[in-house]
Amino acid sequence: MTTATISATSVDRDAEGFLTDPQQWSERLAEEIARENGIEELTERHWLVVRFMRDRYLTTDSAPSIRSLGKESGVPVKELYQLFPKGPAKLAAKIGGIPKPKGCI
Amino acid sequence: MAKKQIVILGGGTGGTMTANRLRRRFENDAAEIHVVDRDDRHVYQPGLLFVPFGLAHSDEIVRPRRRQLRSGIAFHQRGVESVETDTNRVVLDDGTVLPYDVLVVATGVRLQPEETEGLSGLGWNERVFTFYTPEGAEALRGALDRFDGGRLVVNLVDMPIKCPVAPLEFAFLADWYLRERGVRTRTELVYSTPLDGAFTKPIASQRLGGLLTQKDIELVTEFNAGEVDGVGGVLRAFDGRELDFDLLVTVPLHGGAAYVERSPGLGDVLGFVPADKRTLQTPAKPNVFALGDATDLPTSKAGSVTHFEAEVLTENVARYFDGRDLDTSYDGHANCFIETGFHKALLIDFNYETEPLPGRFGPLPLLRESRLNHMGKLLFQWVYWHALLPGREVPGLGPAMPTAGKRPVPVHAT
Repeated sequence: MTTATISATSVDRDAEGFLTDPQQWSERLAEEIARENGIEELTERHWLVVRFMRDRYLTTDSAPSIRSLGKESGVPVKELYQLFPKGPAKLAAKIGGIPKPKGCI
Repeated sequence: MAKKQIVILGGGTGGTMTANRLRRRFENDAAEIHVVDRDDRHVYQPGLLFVPFGLAHSDEIVRPRRRQLRSGIAFHQRGVESVETDTNRVVLDDGTVLPYDVLVVATGVRLQPEETEGLSGLGWNERVFTFYTPEGAEALRGALDRFDGGRLVVNLVDMPIKCPVAPLEFAFLADWYLRERGVRTRTELVYSTPLDGAFTKPIASQRLGGLLTQKDIELVTEFNAGEVDGVGGVLRAFDGRELDFDLLVTVPLHGGAAYVERSPGLGDVLGFVPADKRTLQTPAKPNVFALGDATDLPTSKAGSVTHFEAEVLTENVARYFDGRDLDTSYDGHANCFIETGFHKALLIDFNYETEPLPGRFGPLPLLRESRLNHMGKLLFQWVYWHALLPGREVPGLGPAMPTAGKRPVPVHAT
């Protein structure tokens, strides 16, 4: 528990808590960031979304919007909001250790 | 050299400008140019904003598409079934096959109200409206005319949308219109957006947010509309928040044209067509280019963008035929007038790197309300039909964003 806390504080994060270096990410860190944001336990569905976001970012250099997430991840938008209340794309990005998704223009 | 076949999908702003520019660039015996569109109604889309307030009539902003095309351009009034990039062919909905050497995708976006639960159901065009189509704008005019106070909620469901400032302009004009009619004091005006402020870019967002406050329009942010009850008058967000309305004016979700999804490798999951942000060539194939609202580029979906893109795209079609390196000069340049009511407007000018800043654009003040900007917006319709669509050069309006006259300002937290 203590080590986990240390891991979250010792990685580089921006003012809003997004990792600045996706390479510093680990699954334990993800669980910890989730707890910080009110998600006590990451279920399989959470992981599916978090991994999808992370893979997409690492392969295309940009994180999907909530709409593409709903269409491509296999988790409908409504459920995304149940899993990650408030802002699913932002929160899943934070937990997945990738930068904050850029707003549209 | 064999005669080149150029096929342009879409006879709107981007397709028409590109066709006319290419026609001037290539002799008739050097290239055949085909434009495909499913109907013959070219809408001057900036005019739609004025229709609900009786300031324009939808007849005045619609002209035949084929009449905007220079002679020597073939117009096919047909839908597109699919694009086969492997074999360089377009299949139309009557089975006609158009082979091409170069394809230009300019089919804009498709409104998708059906993607939001309840939005296109009961109450659509009765209590729930969009002004993004001539029919919707006309229906809304009737509803506004009858509106006698209550809660008017303006909403944009999610980005990206065409002309991201249009819903804000609608709110500003609604405030003006309702004051003129003497029902503003009985009206609560609400602006709800999925963004975390009035607009996407910090400085403009702050200025436009200030205007909302000044006009007593409530701003509701990070509101992701998930469900509409058009009979009970409730707009519900995915996070459970609710907004009651007597009249809802919404901008539905946008996606690419339907054939994009039927064309393997052409578009993304939302039907937008990825393109190089500087050359407008698509990763699908080197002989396929895209411009305007149809692309996935990180700039506004707006006519000004399309106009600046058309210049670079035309050049690149010629360079592609010659086997030369492509022109990489498109920088994301966009400019838009923002109507703020009471015969005033703002102007913003920006690109991929530079957000909208205050200052001047020629004689026009940037990010500041003025009557001159409003005049500019009204005059623009003439410029559109008579200079932009025919592909004439307009002095002072080029693909590269001017930096002279712009003042960087620090953003203050509000």
